[in-house]
Amino acid sequence: MPKDNGIGASPKRREDVRFLTGRGKYTDDIQLANTSYACFARSDVANGVIKSIDTSAAEAMPGVLAVFTGEDFVEVGGNPAGWAISSRDGTPMHEPKRPVLAHGKVRHVGDAYAAVVAETPEQARDAAEAIEIDIEEQPAVIDMAAALSGSTFVHDEIGTNQCFDWGWIEDNREATDEAIKNAPHVTTLELINNRVVPNAMEPRASIGDYDPGTDEYKLYTTSQNPHLTRLLISAFVLGIPENKLTVVAPDVGGGFGSKIYHYGEEALVLAAAKKLARPVKWTASRSEAFLTDAHGRDHVTKIELACDKEGNFIAFRTETLANVGAYLSNFSTATPTFLHGTLMAGTYTVPNVYVNVKTVFTNTAPVDAYRGAGRPEATYSIERVIDKCADELGIDKIEIRRKNFIQPDQYPYTTPVGLSYDIGNYDALMDTLERRLDVAGFEARRAESAANGKLRGIGINSYIEACGIAPSNLVGQLGSRVGLYDAATVRVNATGNISVMVGAHSHGQGHETVFPQVVAEMLGIDEASIDIVHGDSSKIPFGMGTYGSRSLAVCGSAVVRATEKIINKGKKIAAHMLEASDADIELVDGQFTVAGTDKSVGFGDVALKAYIPHEFPLEDIEPGLEETAFYDPANFTYPSGAYGCEVEVDPETGKVDILKFVACDDFGNVVNPMIVEGQVQGGLGQGIGQAMLEVGTYDADGQLTNGSYMDYAMPRADDMPQMVVDHSNGTACTHNPLGVKGCGEAGAIGSPPTVVNAVVNALRSAGHDVTHIDMPLTPSRVWAAMNG
Amino acid sequence: MYEFDFERPSTIAEAVAALATEDAQALGGGQTLIPTLKQRLASPSKLVSLSGIAEMKGISADGGTVTIGGGTSHAAVAAGAGAYPALAALAGNIGDPAVRSRGTIGGSLANNDPSACYPSAALASGATIVTNTREIAADDYFEGMFTTALEEGEIITAVRFPVPDAAAYAKFEQPASRFALVGVFVAKYADGVRVAVTGASEDGVFRWTEAEEALSANFSVDAVAGLSASADGLISDLHGDAAYRAHLIGVMTKRAVAAAS
Ligand SMILES: Cc1cc2nc3c(=O)[nH]c(=O)nc-3n(C[C@H](O)[C@H](O)[C@H](O)COP(=O)(O)OP(=O)(O)OC[C@H]3O[C@@H](n4cnc5c(N)ncnc54)[C@H](O)[C@@H]3O)c2cc1C
Repeated sequence: MPKDNGIGASPKRREDVRFLTGRGKYTDDIQLANTSYACFARSDVANGVIKSIDTSAAEAMPGVLAVFTGEDFVEVGGNPAGWAISSRDGTPMHEPKRPVLAHGKVRHVGDAYAAVVAETPEQARDAAEAIEIDIEEQPAVIDMAAALSGSTFVHDEIGTNQCFDWGWIEDNREATDEAIKNAPHVTTLELINNRVVPNAMEPRASIGDYDPGTDEYKLYTTSQNPHLTRLLISAFVLGIPENKLTVVAPDVGGGFGSKIYHYGEEALVLAAAKKLARPVKWTASRSEAFLTDAHGRDHVTKIELACDKEGNFIAFRTETLANVGAYLSNFSTATPTFLHGTLMAGTYTVPNVYVNVKTVFTNTAPVDAYRGAGRPEATYSIERVIDKCADELGIDKIEIRRKNFIQPDQYPYTTPVGLSYDIGNYDALMDTLERRLDVAGFEARRAESAANGKLRGIGINSYIEACGIAPSNLVGQLGSRVGLYDAATVRVNATGNISVMVGAHSHGQGHETVFPQVVAEMLGIDEASIDIVHGDSSKIPFGMGTYGSRSLAVCGSAVVRATEKIINKGKKIAAHMLEASDADIELVDGQFTVAGTDKSVGFGDVALKAYIPHEFPLEDIEPGLEETAFYDPANFTYPSGAYGCEVEVDPETGKVDILKFVACDDFGNVVNPMIVEGQVQGGLGQGIGQAMLEVGTYDADGQLTNGSYMDYAMPRADDMPQMVVDHSNGTACTHNPLGVKGCGEAGAIGSPPTVVNAVVNALRSAGHDVTHIDMPLTPSRVWAAMNG
Repeated sequence: MYEFDFERPSTIAEAVAALATEDAQALGGGQTLIPTLKQRLASPSKLVSLSGIAEMKGISADGGTVTIGGGTSHAAVAAGAGAYPALAALAGNIGDPAVRSRGTIGGSLANNDPSACYPSAALASGATIVTNTREIAADDYFEGMFTTALEEGEIITAVRFPVPDAAAYAKFEQPASRFALVGVFVAKYADGVRVAVTGASEDGVFRWTEAEEALSANFSVDAVAGLSASADGLISDLHGDAAYRAHLIGVMTKRAVAAAS
């Protein structure tokens, strides 16, 4: 019988009742009395010097309350990068100021140089159009290689478009070069990890509110991490004391990374609210979302794999150009480095690994973490070059991977790029994949497709990611300017029901369902009596939010620790009530029981006692039943998986159909199997979107040529294959109390190389000498590869 | 959107009168025009909705001709143009259900998007575009991307399609918009075959005369198998260059012929 309560059960997502009936409460749904509306004037040129801005016509327009330009924010701070990275030669990265509004220069199409606040959104928009700006246009810096050699700069004051030139690990460099020079076989592959636009269903929105009576500010905003946003605004940008600023991230309609970061619009609505003593609201249009949300990926990479003739790996060497766009977004320096370079050993025993990443400023939207963040780029490079190598050596794709897998008896396994994998079993995952994809039956299916005039291909992939971000001590050594613990408060109410305040933020993940399952399991009570509070910095403990598949692994661990404290205190109260010693009390099925007796008292009675402390040993125990815990992980968690898919290519048109996709993941222990399956499916959707359909494209002038759904292709239901999601091979994480690893990003990490491997396999099977096709594999690109 | 006046007349005559105002514009299903207004890319003084005009709606079949009111939705054509199955099928594959319920044949032909589906059906069928003032043969109607023979304020009140002996529309979808990256409509009449191509040319919908000649002589896939369309003047964009589109014209023509045979 499957469980219907607690860990391992699959209750329906309780948040879906409001989401599916239109009762979700998103930022734009919040309507404060006397609200005014902001509209931003945005650059339509990519690079240029602002000669003058004339706001007088706008100020005179109906309903206009205030007009702001960059000039109004020269005194306040910039929006900082969260990680300080040094170049190979030890010099610190270039970190140009990212102002609230552009000042002196505009640096990408969509860069906001002014904002109007008016009585209505339409009035604000009319007035924003009436602002006159004189820009002396400069050539746009778009192509990364050209940016590094050219003499036009995104930030003139630093005199280079290179942010940093990073080596990982620099001490591996010589040995890796040497190994590659002497290797019996070297496979080289150049590839592009295409830029994607996040496209959360809910565009960004913010409301600033200020109370002159108390000097308190409140920001409602589309954020994945309200405390981090508050910290950035308080400590770096506006200097509002943290105790005077509340940040509320209510229901948020998807983030995928793009809502981790603090954006200038948030600072603007707060500053405007203070000036006007009125709430100021801004909601992005879809066009603004395309132009200004932090984009993802955008790497140009050359990877080399050295091995012997039998396919035993000797070295990986990578050179990557990573686009950071026009300004450093908060995680933009960590994503192509410590979330990418550290994963460049994959699931393999390879003695030499060296990674070089040059980050490049361009006149494009900032680029930052997007579902998977760095790990998809690492996986893509490794798993593509392995396939190419296998083709060159004539070795089976599964065999070459198995031959090099780290074996279960090798854990903890320290890779040459600085991570220590605690546990895994890659062969077991591959066994399951072979069975569920029916790899043995592939040739027969290929023949069937051939009879229908189609080319069938199979793609295999083995990924690993570092999740549960992150051990503060370790990331501190690596340059992080923040800690990456999380926090939870478990508040047992007098009548025995429970509110759990968590630092993680749910914007689609299902925390409201899953966290109660954990607490219910530990306390032995019905999860229906437990609720989650999240998203409001005035209600929750200081947590770092949700990204990097960290919510359950890090915040969930804090929930466990806080619940353990509740249990310990409950035992003391129960011992007093039962006139026993606390050491003899055990909690079984919601009853505090004196071990070995039938004397017990229910959890609810203990809660009531805590709040009505009559005959209470006040000298030993405080009244109340509420506990907080902060949890900082000892290590990353390492989800891994074997993915496979089959595709059919129409040789006449180049159109690819993904017929079946099998994802076998090791997420450690699983709390809610249904939600995990949904997370993997969603991740596959995004990974398949990147592989098949999506690419944010700038022309030479810096215009985003596909900034709408007319030209930017998002995956739709009929683009999705039959999906099989298997998590039967979990190896419990060794260092967190739930043994969980995180499942949010896996699908987006593992799927792109799987799909590309399959398509290349299909084309090669028909005799096409194709070794690689850059994503997205649109029909025209696949056709060109066949007819090139 | 910028502000505009709004009228919803119930007769063609009233609509024509309402459109006489300077910068007034007709509103069909709004599936092209409303997004344009939201982007502030157009600023009509007045919108004259055609959706309340009963005489512009409906489908009739009579003696080898199907006549469709200019205000008839794609969904209505998909469901009601059984006398011309290839046309009904084309309408049933435009956009999504919301687009099909609102969008109209008159709006589509007036707009003449180079990637729209209906223009290929009208041109391949030698349809007649009926307006409030005159009748225009399809061959004279399409004048290039987003350009037609319509005069200012002229309303498409109906479209008359001669029903062919056999016909089919083969559409290769642009991955994002799912408009036609290349769409080919083939229609076989007693006096010859007409082939119209949409999605491909910088001049909008056009007839592929080479294929017409080959198919008029021998209506079979083999007859066009050896033909290749010229890439000159074809669209090159993110979704496919001119050479790819030229190739697709051949493939989609074969598929349309196969489906029609
Ligand atoms: C998501 C989406 C997907 C789509 N997919 C496709 C597709 O696959 N294939 C395809 O062909 N189209 C597609 N379309 C376009 C759709 O078919 C539109 O409905 C059509 O192009 C315009 O018709 P409308 O009635 O909505 O016209 P409107 O948007 O109201 O008007 C368009 C223009 O025509 C004028 N006009 C409208 N009616 C008349 C009339 N009777 N006489 C004279 N002028 C008139 C208007 O003044 C305006 O200039 C899609 C649209 C959307 C939004």
